[in-house]
Amino acid sequence: MGFLTFRGGVHPPTKKDLSKSSPITSIALPERFFIPTQQHTGAPAQPLVKVKDYVYKGQKIGDAQSFVTSPIHAPTSGFVRKIGFHPHPTGKPVLTIEIESDGKDEVFPDISPISWENLSPDEIRRKIREAGIVGLGGAAFPTHVKITPPPEKKIDVVILNGAECEPYLTIDYRLMLEKPELIIEGLQILMYVLGVKKGIIAIEDNKKDAGEILKKYLKKDMEIVVLKTKYPQGSEKQLIKAILGREVPSGGLPLDVGVIVNNVGTACAIAEHFKTGLPLISRGVTVTGEGIKEPKNLNVRIGTPVFKLIEECGGFSDVPGKVIFGGPMMGVTIYSLATPIVKGTSGVLVFPRSFIKNNDTLACVRCGRCLDVCPMNLIPTVIAEYSRLRKTELAEKEGALDCMECGSCSYICPSRRPLVQWIRMAKSEIFEKRRK
Amino acid sequence: MEEKELIVSSSPHIFADEDVSKVMLNVIMSLIPATIAGIYFFGIYSLFVILVSIVSAVMWEGLALLIRRKSLNSLLDFSAVVTGLLLALTLPPRVPLWIPVIGTGVAIILTKQIFGGLGGNFLNPALVGRAFLLTSYPVIMTSWINPLTSATPVSTATPLAIEKLKLPYSLPSYWDLFIGKVSGSIGETSALFLLIGGIWLIYKNIIDWRIPISYILSIMVLSLLFRKDPIFQILSGGVFLGAFFMATDWVTTPLTPKGRLIFGIGAGFLTLMIRIFGSYPEGVTYGILVMNALTPLIDRSIKPHKFGEVKK
Repeated sequence: MGFLTFRGGVHPPTKKDLSKSSPITSIALPERFFIPTQQHTGAPAQPLVKVKDYVYKGQKIGDAQSFVTSPIHAPTSGFVRKIGFHPHPTGKPVLTIEIESDGKDEVFPDISPISWENLSPDEIRRKIREAGIVGLGGAAFPTHVKITPPPEKKIDVVILNGAECEPYLTIDYRLMLEKPELIIEGLQILMYVLGVKKGIIAIEDNKKDAGEILKKYLKKDMEIVVLKTKYPQGSEKQLIKAILGREVPSGGLPLDVGVIVNNVGTACAIAEHFKTGLPLISRGVTVTGEGIKEPKNLNVRIGTPVFKLIEECGGFSDVPGKVIFGGPMMGVTIYSLATPIVKGTSGVLVFPRSFIKNNDTLACVRCGRCLDVCPMNLIPTVIAEYSRLRKTELAEKEGALDCMECGSCSYICPSRRPLVQWIRMAKSEIFEKRRK
Repeated sequence: MEEKELIVSSSPHIFADEDVSKVMLNVIMSLIPATIAGIYFFGIYSLFVILVSIVSAVMWEGLALLIRRKSLNSLLDFSAVVTGLLLALTLPPRVPLWIPVIGTGVAIILTKQIFGGLGGNFLNPALVGRAFLLTSYPVIMTSWINPLTSATPVSTATPLAIEKLKLPYSLPSYWDLFIGKVSGSIGETSALFLLIGGIWLIYKNIIDWRIPISYILSIMVLSLLFRKDPIFQILSGGVFLGAFFMATDWVTTPLTPKGRLIFGIGAGFLTLMIRIFGSYPEGVTYGILVMNALTPLIDRSIKPHKFGEVKK
């Protein structure tokens, strides 16, 4: 075991030791929450509440009509103080509902545990949608959409992604150690909804202990698969290739090869929802990095401003340089410490200023390393160069749209060329053109 | 908390430790065994040739950067040092000291800086420098001495010339060819020490094994076809220096693994063809240079199989 993998990828220092032995703890309720109406891929929610309204914990406060969308809920009880634009992890301010806590944390009266065994698959999908559950691995795609494949697509495997290949992050690892029954139950629910007979939990070989613990709770038709520790092992397409040998076609989705992949955290959130009846109002977040005094894994209510998490971890250890939402390979930097934790925030990573080197970009020396590491077998340097020269059509021809932006090429480049940034530019221009 | 200070940038936020200058330093280190062997076999004068070559290469590079109004920081990528060292290793041990100055001038100015500096050139600078010297100063560039002949050097011919032109010298043993106790350019004679450096570079993942292996193997296979001694062909002349240090130059060789195999086989084929049918006994320099020129074509025609590029 541990030899299954894909072609390409990189081996950055994992740095998981900073936080891996810290159990998930909760933080004190903050006075104010900021719930952005945009927290997932798809249509943003419309506020269902007005300023001065009283809301209960778990009460739906925003929703939209579109299929690819997901409602948002109040993380605690209190009053709506403001609905306006607020800093958001994407960098652009987003319409945000500000709730002032009344300290009572009173649950919405209708909320009670639900036994999923008596529900039909469609009823479960509806519950998952109403609970605002989205993929917690980072991409935040609405889960109910993901588990509603078109009828002509035959799904035979559900994979739970516990690879957590991003360096520094340990929240999925902690969840697997601390809540194995919930993860298994989540997988059971997903298998039931999709009517499949095969459930796989995939982990990297640096988390074998988590695999041992999960093993004790495995149900029928489930297995644990150990993969090589490598970035981006947790990418859906690479995961499917490594485990099943199936290659998701270019431009396609996992369901095109009969597979649906969910993050272990998402499975846990699904099980937790049925157990408590509460919608998705909190999630686990790893707060770590060389710029944090005491790295920790925290259970955080959605909408908590990030400075609360940093305070909980003893503050900055040095002058902060970058505060990153997510991991170091694909995470996004934020510009304001008032930015709230959203459903897709798996980690908060702080690099001290002294840690950040200014690297001059040199000419491409054609070393070919970006080709060696590209998990999609692209030629990153060529696509990037076309993009830089604004030859978008040529970039598209070379496969720009197949790029999943894992950043392995930029990571490895000895000339420090911002390859993935340039490819991203080409991608957005291609999409822009298509919209016209 | 000081928010204004936060740096906003796009991912990734970490980078591999290895950059261009570290790679170049590794290449220099890997050439040290063969360099020391050359000085040992051909005397201390070779050391002066090497030093003059390196110093003049760096000075030409600096001059070109000044003229182009570029930062002299580029000198710290050590690529000029590598070019100077490589060129020196391809020179006969007793060349006058102005020869490396001219050679590095052609290598750095005409081959590299004119095309925009590191990464811009399409031919291997050291090889162009050598090719230029060879055509301009054929007598100086083919004056050889015997190895390990103390004060007064005895002039001789290289094993390849002896074999090709049937000169009245005895051919060296495989062992002498392997350790480098034969006449030839300063750094090309010792297959053993070049191999040590080459394996080190492959181990450090700096060069791709495909190029030296396919280059050497194609020379061996073709030698058999043309009834030549394959061991003699690969151990004499510049095959090992070419295989591990010239044909593996990142800038002037193909990007893809398959392209690199084609490059190695093509360079091996051309090397042996020039050796057999050309008027000059050695073919490494021109064999690799021709393939350098074909590299853009190879890169355009050979594309890797994209992930998910499947007929459904």
